[in-house]
Amino acid sequence: MASQSTLKTPLFDLHVSLGARMVPFAGYEMPVQYKPGIIAEHKHTRAKCGLFDVSHMGQAFLIGPDHATVSKALEALVPAEIAGLDEGSQRYTQLTNPQGGILDDLMVTRLAGDDEDGSLFLVVNAACKHADYAWIREHLPHGIHLEEQPDQALLALQGPASESVMAQHCPEAAAMKFMDSGPMLFDGIEVNVSRSGYTGEDGYEISVANDKAVELAETLLAHEETEAIGLGARDSLRLEAGLCLYGHDIDETTSPVEAGLLWSIGKRRREQGGFIGADRILREIAEKPSRRRVGIKPLGRAPAREGTEIMSKSGEKIGVITSGGFGPTVNGPVAMGYVSAQNAKPGTELDLMVRGKPQPAIIEKLPFVPNNFKR
Amino acid sequence: MSEVRFSEDHEWVKLDGDVATIGITNHAQEQLGDVVFVELPAIGTTFSSGDEAGVIESVKAASELMTPVSGEVVETNGTLEDEPGKVNEDAEGEAWFIKVKVSDAGEFAKLMDADAYKAFCD
Repeated sequence: MASQSTLKTPLFDLHVSLGARMVPFAGYEMPVQYKPGIIAEHKHTRAKCGLFDVSHMGQAFLIGPDHATVSKALEALVPAEIAGLDEGSQRYTQLTNPQGGILDDLMVTRLAGDDEDGSLFLVVNAACKHADYAWIREHLPHGIHLEEQPDQALLALQGPASESVMAQHCPEAAAMKFMDSGPMLFDGIEVNVSRSGYTGEDGYEISVANDKAVELAETLLAHEETEAIGLGARDSLRLEAGLCLYGHDIDETTSPVEAGLLWSIGKRRREQGGFIGADRILREIAEKPSRRRVGIKPLGRAPAREGTEIMSKSGEKIGVITSGGFGPTVNGPVAMGYVSAQNAKPGTELDLMVRGKPQPAIIEKLPFVPNNFKR
Repeated sequence: MSEVRFSEDHEWVKLDGDVATIGITNHAQEQLGDVVFVELPAIGTTFSSGDEAGVIESVKAASELMTPVSGEVVETNGTLEDEPGKVNEDAEGEAWFIKVKVSDAGEFAKLMDADAYKAFCD
């Protein structure tokens, strides 16, 4: 661990009082699970709704004179279409490096309203945030600045009951569609809500001032449909949903094309480039990448963890698992990894080297559990 | 009455005559969390104390069943391979892992009794 002590989110005491097992994660003391355990928490989220503390993630505004100027500045760093982003809309993208690898993945929101024209709201990964901020600042043109929001907490409410629970405190939230975002009042508390998340379920992410975060969390937890959910279930939920975890499924060596994130690269951006790392990324779009991220379903019961070697049926090493574990909704092991492109077709049979023994597995189309977004 | 003793690796051992029944402690299952996979050794395998005799995987991580006593595996609890969650429900009862015909009774005597194990965990 680094020499500095671990940080606490505003909900730390609440987690402890709820019986959470706290673990260090990305420099923060975070709840890995509560009393019900990872499987029960995972299933509860898919059945009703779960409240996640994601306050460790980085929140920041990118502020410029107008949308055209600020979006152009960000587009130099990410492959997504930002100029054409509607007011009150959110988009998933990546900060890319000169080699076309991924420095981090992030959410970008164009704020709504004339007063906010020229402001983009960014949410980045906890472990990357300081490096991201430095990278962004280093590349910003004059007149645009990055404003970190350390006084804001971030809560995620995820699962099919999220809408009915939110609507009782924040009626505007009910009408939102997937990736809509806007400022609202939650029982009189100022919040910024987006209809998004990282579980594959419908739900919301709620940015709220640190000093109001406990009140908001307790209000949501007072609903019998809502349970507090830890990072353990967050990981199994996103894995079943086929979503990448930075530092595992994507990193500085993997390109967005290899990672299967081509959908997040705008049409105009594919034609024009003009972002860091575009050489490799546009080449891979044209020529197809040599390896691809795929879903992998072990056919036995043994989970295949990150780092497990993937072999073809003829015994040749064709890739490696980048995320793997047990999927409670699938009720069996699930994994993701990279394999050579010629072996990436769904249905391809392969072997995973688990504890030195080949275990049969098959390439499966992602997600393992259908997404349940409010389109 | 048979006697139960405990290892520093959080296994329990119950000795009946020269057959030791081995499982993981309730404390161990709580630390592991939801158990999702169990791999047991073949009957007839001979282990020395401290050997890895099986695999226990929870949602988050893989760990090993270490046998605290030496001997030959005479029976395994195949139910656990189909229902690994039993380990969380009844770790020190129905969810035993293996039965071993012990080759050195002195190893059993050196394990912790219930009070010593409780103190070890606290």
